[in-house]
Amino acid sequence: MTTPTATSRARSTADDRRYEAIVVGGGHNGLVNGAYLARSGLRTLILERRHLVGGAAITEELRPGFWFTTFSYALSLLRPDIIQDLELTRHGFMPLLMPSSFAPGEDGDYLLLTRDRDENLREIARHSPHDADAWEAYHHDLDRVLQAIKPLFDMVPPDIFSDDPEELLALAALGSRFRRMERRVLHNAVRLLTGSAADFLDGYFESELLKGYLASSSIIGSKLGPRSQGSGLVLLYHVIGEHDGAFGSWAFHKGGNGGFTQVLARAAESFGAEIRLESTVERVITRKGRATGVALADGSEYQSDIVVSALDPRRTFLELVEPRELPTDLVDDIRRYRFQGTSSKVNFALDGLPRFPALGDRTDQFRGFTNIGPSIDYLEHAYDDAKYGWYSQRPYIDCAIQSTIDPDMAPPGKHVMSSFIQYTPYRLRESDWDAERQNLGDTVQRTLEGHFPGFSDLVLQREVVTPLDIERTVGLSEGNIFAGELLAPQMFFFRPAPGWSQYRTPIDGYYQCGSGTHPGGCVIGAPGKLAAGQILKDVAARPKRR
Amino acid sequence: MIRTTPFHPRTSALNETGLWQHWSGHLAAARYQASEKFEYFAVRNSAGIFDTSPLYKYRIHGPDAERFLGGVLARDIRSCRPGQAQYTLWCDDRGFIVEDGVVLRHGPDEFVLTAAEPNLAWFGDRIGRQRVRIEEISDDHGVLAVQGPASREILASLVPEVERLPYFGLTRAAIAGRPVTISRTGYTGDLGYEIWAGRGDALTVWDCLIQASEGRGVIPIGLLALYMLRIEAGLLLLDVDFESSRFAWTDEQRSTPLELGLGWMLKGIESDDRAFIGRRALLRERADRTSRWAFTGLLVDWHDYNRIYDEAGLIPPRRHVPVQEEMFVYEPHGGQVGYATSFMYSPMLQRHIALARVRPDLASPGSEVRLEVAVNHRYEYVRAQTARNPLYDPPRKTA
Repeated sequence: MTTPTATSRARSTADDRRYEAIVVGGGHNGLVNGAYLARSGLRTLILERRHLVGGAAITEELRPGFWFTTFSYALSLLRPDIIQDLELTRHGFMPLLMPSSFAPGEDGDYLLLTRDRDENLREIARHSPHDADAWEAYHHDLDRVLQAIKPLFDMVPPDIFSDDPEELLALAALGSRFRRMERRVLHNAVRLLTGSAADFLDGYFESELLKGYLASSSIIGSKLGPRSQGSGLVLLYHVIGEHDGAFGSWAFHKGGNGGFTQVLARAAESFGAEIRLESTVERVITRKGRATGVALADGSEYQSDIVVSALDPRRTFLELVEPRELPTDLVDDIRRYRFQGTSSKVNFALDGLPRFPALGDRTDQFRGFTNIGPSIDYLEHAYDDAKYGWYSQRPYIDCAIQSTIDPDMAPPGKHVMSSFIQYTPYRLRESDWDAERQNLGDTVQRTLEGHFPGFSDLVLQREVVTPLDIERTVGLSEGNIFAGELLAPQMFFFRPAPGWSQYRTPIDGYYQCGSGTHPGGCVIGAPGKLAAGQILKDVAARPKRR
Repeated sequence: MIRTTPFHPRTSALNETGLWQHWSGHLAAARYQASEKFEYFAVRNSAGIFDTSPLYKYRIHGPDAERFLGGVLARDIRSCRPGQAQYTLWCDDRGFIVEDGVVLRHGPDEFVLTAAEPNLAWFGDRIGRQRVRIEEISDDHGVLAVQGPASREILASLVPEVERLPYFGLTRAAIAGRPVTISRTGYTGDLGYEIWAGRGDALTVWDCLIQASEGRGVIPIGLLALYMLRIEAGLLLLDVDFESSRFAWTDEQRSTPLELGLGWMLKGIESDDRAFIGRRALLRERADRTSRWAFTGLLVDWHDYNRIYDEAGLIPPRRHVPVQEEMFVYEPHGGQVGYATSFMYSPMLQRHIALARVRPDLASPGSEVRLEVAVNHRYEYVRAQTARNPLYDPPRKTA
């Protein structure tokens, strides 16, 4: 699963160091971008700092036979046209179904949702007959909003600061799309895009457990509570995925998200892209305001008229190039761009499946996400800790025992469990993550033990990944999993900065394609794809050389 | 009274849905759990177990058995050596298909043939003076299909010979001390095997198999998952993709092997001396190029499918449960050129696919056609391309 894709031997001649496009960073967006560029015929090089591609979407065998999804752990938002365009199914794309979702409550009760609609309605009615009816209404309303805003995820944001007729036309088309929306759909869209998830959910449900379960999507990766304005947007973002035709449905890729990025790497290579591992790009070389190549930490250089940064905005604008080469406004905007990572992972190798007392010896509830976020109050209290510089003492946990879906992730009868943790702010008051790492692991394990008595006895190994570890290992600034918060002032027209949302930069030939660009984070691929479209448009418009 | 298979005491305990279909007079699980897609993925990613016992089974034996089968089966039975199995079919004298099935050759004069429908009379009436006996043994065996990438390792832990069993190979063995026949056959287009156990041994064999697959994500799968798998695998289903010539009312309802993409079964027919039923008609069809249809896979254009639904204000449905009904196929901007018989959203291929027949000149892969889909109660015509079957064909299937 982590087998490095083929790397070419060191090249020596100057000509061999010349490419038509160089992508800095082999995360999933860098791979998507490189694959599209190579597919269109550009001689493309993807440079990855680590010994494997994937960025935050990797799978590692941390213990013989046990494969950990160290960071990113599930798939939903990936734009489906990428699967088609890059022919990913030919290279092993395999989004396995997770047939259940499980949410333990605080009182020993639980909510267990499966693929059977009627069973789900009965299960919800157990908590609130009212909510069983509301469940359908909620999803209908939500799906209508999602269907209406979905095109935004597949388009380059129009430049609202431009007088270019093409941009004005795009803006008008966007406006007319909103204009055509039904009143109720538009209103719901605005409520979600600007308001809090808690307010929106209160409009439908009364069960705290159900609301906690649904509200969890509104906080993932974000320094927000479900009652914060703006959490509605995060909720919307997490359910826009239309995996196999159903909004909000998540899958587990064969071999984890590392298995997925290996598929991407194979696809990119099949189009002719070259991937070089253990190649740290130190800086982008520029001449007279134009990108001309990259310089690596080992002193070597590669030339190209097109350089694409798949790194986050801070690295793209403040580290790979000299800030003095950029407009002051942009530098200020990027300095003010919010990262403030707040999520961690605690991954476990387990000797067997945990038991949940109310379900006896049943274990099929673990074939999907297990959501430890039993009420909006619980989530909000967990956030309170983070507001004041500490990690949640009763954290929100999103678990996935992935070996129940893909048995190849662990030896027969054994399991791997990914646990996504919130809130764990990057900056801790009067301490740091090197000091708190194992304490966080203990806090998480204690919380899990509370729901699944005997859990600790099953633990064969534990891996704690703090925001600091995410930053150090993956390079995501402050450990923000989205390469920048999903806040309204950092979205669409403004991602990553006003005037620079179309994947270009002030330096000719230098582009951006990471999750810090529109539409944003998660394993979505849209930034990589949309950026490639812009680059290819620019290439086509270039004056032909004689 | 509906009957049950020898595995029913186990399968009924595992069927959480209570959904059963009737298959040849037996209860067959439609799906065991809430999601047939989960069962489908078990086969593509680990292994699934399917109770295929309701198939009709005929023992055909005697000194003239080979000669007899050579005369009724369209595929040359002589190329199926003892210890091998063969996918085959039988035609009427006009070259129309009566049915298809798998024949297992246990010895020089010893065969077992499976079929979806009763065929005892069809075969029995064609013995004449040959020294052959046909017995129906449908109820004597329980048959389990173990299909998927993990199937070899699991079965080899019980029967080491399985490790080396070639595609369509056959071996006699013992599981839990009970005699079984294991064939490397199946209806999923994946690596897989079928285990034949005596009726009285079925539960012992089941228990042993389940124990051997413990902790590997192996689950029983129902008919819905099987249908998904067989469409990806380009495998035909009687009464869906074709009709038996015996019971068809018109020739429009009938198909020849050449029209169903099974021309490869007639290998050597031009030069060999096999006198099988339908031979002359098929030779003529081939020589005169009178096939009315060519069988093909269809790959639906993802972007066009999405566009049609988006414009209609709908979320593009991606239903993986097969539509096993006719859908018409058209030329771009033209008339009808064929029809699809099985249609589904393929999770492995991430697009809609179909099994179809088209006018022979459109048979070459990549031909542009349109498939009708009903959108908002009106037909829309979505772009599709013909493609060679099987649409999903992992190398492990035959490796």
